Amino acid sequence: MASIFKREFRAYFHTPLGYVIIAVAYFFTGYYFFTYNLYGATTDFTNLYGLLFPVVLFLVPVLTMRLMSEEKRSKTDQLLLTAPVSRVGIVLGKYFSAVCVFLIAISGTLIDAVITSFYGAVDWPCVIGNFLGLVLLGLALIAICLFLSSITESQVIAAVLGFAVSLFLMLVDAISLVVKSAFFRAFFEYISFKERYNPFTLGVVELQNVIFFISIAALFCVITTAQLERKRWN
Amino acid sequence: MIVVKDLVKKYGDKTAIDGISFSIKSGEIVGLLGLNGAGKSTTMNCLTGYIAPTSGSIIIDGNDLLKDPDKAKKVIGYLPEVFSFYPDMRVVEYLDFICDLKGYTKNKQARKEHIEEICRQVGIYELRGRMIRNLSKGYKQRVGFAQALIGHPKVLILDEPTVGLDPSQIIEIRQLIRDSGKESTVIVSSHILSEIQTICDRVIVIHDGHIAADGSPKHLEEALGNANEVNIRVRGAHADIDRVIRATGAVRRYSRLQPQEDGCEDYIIVGKDGVDVREKLFRGFAQAGIPLLQIYGKEASLENIFLRLTGKNEKAGDK
Repeated sequence: MASIFKREFRAYFHTPLGYVIIAVAYFFTGYYFFTYNLYGATTDFTNLYGLLFPVVLFLVPVLTMRLMSEEKRSKTDQLLLTAPVSRVGIVLGKYFSAVCVFLIAISGTLIDAVITSFYGAVDWPCVIGNFLGLVLLGLALIAICLFLSSITESQVIAAVLGFAVSLFLMLVDAISLVVKSAFFRAFFEYISFKERYNPFTLGVVELQNVIFFISIAALFCVITTAQLERKRWN
Repeated sequence: MIVVKDLVKKYGDKTAIDGISFSIKSGEIVGLLGLNGAGKSTTMNCLTGYIAPTSGSIIIDGNDLLKDPDKAKKVIGYLPEVFSFYPDMRVVEYLDFICDLKGYTKNKQARKEHIEEICRQVGIYELRGRMIRNLSKGYKQRVGFAQALIGHPKVLILDEPTVGLDPSQIIEIRQLIRDSGKESTVIVSSHILSEIQTICDRVIVIHDGHIAADGSPKHLEEALGNANEVNIRVRGAHADIDRVIRATGAVRRYSRLQPQEDGCEDYIIVGKDGVDVREKLFRGFAQAGIPLLQIYGKEASLENIFLRLTGKNEKAGDK
């Protein structure tokens, strides 16, 4: 797993992809930090984190689109799958490399909070809660998009599918408002990422929401591994 | 070193390999020979653990590939038919990554020396700092060969290692394979008969998902090629030559070919079983004082061998 992680993490910075993703995340973080915190003269970071939610939804598919699909297209997966590395190791190595780049990308928010703390009282539990929420959202989304990358040979299709899933996750709230059936409304509210994410933005860390995001991440890592395994048996 | 038993692989309704069994001793260089689609790539893919067989077992160096894949794969060095690489990596970085993958020593100095030794061995030492994507096809193939050699594998599996290379590169790669055979058990697949003949101690011919023949190249040639069929060129008149050929008593059938040189005649001759027709012809023409300019055995083409193996070419007029 460590070998795959090392290679994939380096690959992000051998190409412009890692830099672009981090730059875009820093740009939006900086922009919201300037408009809400500096211009609005507040130490409240809730708005900044709230606005980063859609940014993350669109950055993650780009972050993961290459991971599995490119190996399939260029047939480099043949060497990986014949190397003495388990399929779980391959998936987790790739997964954590994307997670690390993601963490670097969103770390700008913490830097902003530290800077702000020199000039005013920062509500640290709220900032940490928000940051944790963003991390968990990332963990779940990266796993979903990694799976989407494993079912196609095209990076573009992987990214488009990722965007579609991200958009759907944003729309789920709206659907739950118009659905009449109590069961489906409850279902859509249950799977709504926004509903799960919102408590974090208030600095409230609920265990069930933490478990929800981690379960989604674990589930999709397992499905991606099964997808690799399936190829071996078919 | 390798024991394969009743290997079956089905893709849906199609059976790619159907009950293949063989065992390979340590240090053997074995050629897997077969036409495209015969099942040799499927066999190799099963041996490397890339795909799982529908049934059967594969034991490599005492480890069951299906039950304990990581242990079994550790002793294998594999060069796929299409060697793919990461375009963003340099040769040394790539080989270092393969060391990581195979879990070959964490000691940096030992690893560096190992990589450099392999680079020298395959002739890419000077190019080790270059991006792989910028290398020529022949050098890329050598990088592929180098990665297969990482970690001193006990078993080397090479899938069509010379495809797409120019003649001098082919000779070099063949030499590399022969050299590797001194340290490892080697399995090479090819659809070029002469290649297998020059490299391998033993040949396994796969046809239609079955093993059609298994033996040394010489055995294969004798059993499947037509060793008693020769082409000759003789200086003289057809009538005289005809008389000598008949007088040898060793010729089953012969036919006259289009003359290629002035004053000469060309023939294709099939000898009787159990007689070396070459010697009889030589003596016959020598006694008659007719110069025999050329005599050469007709090489059995893979196609012919396959047709023979599958019993499809017993053309009535051929023998």
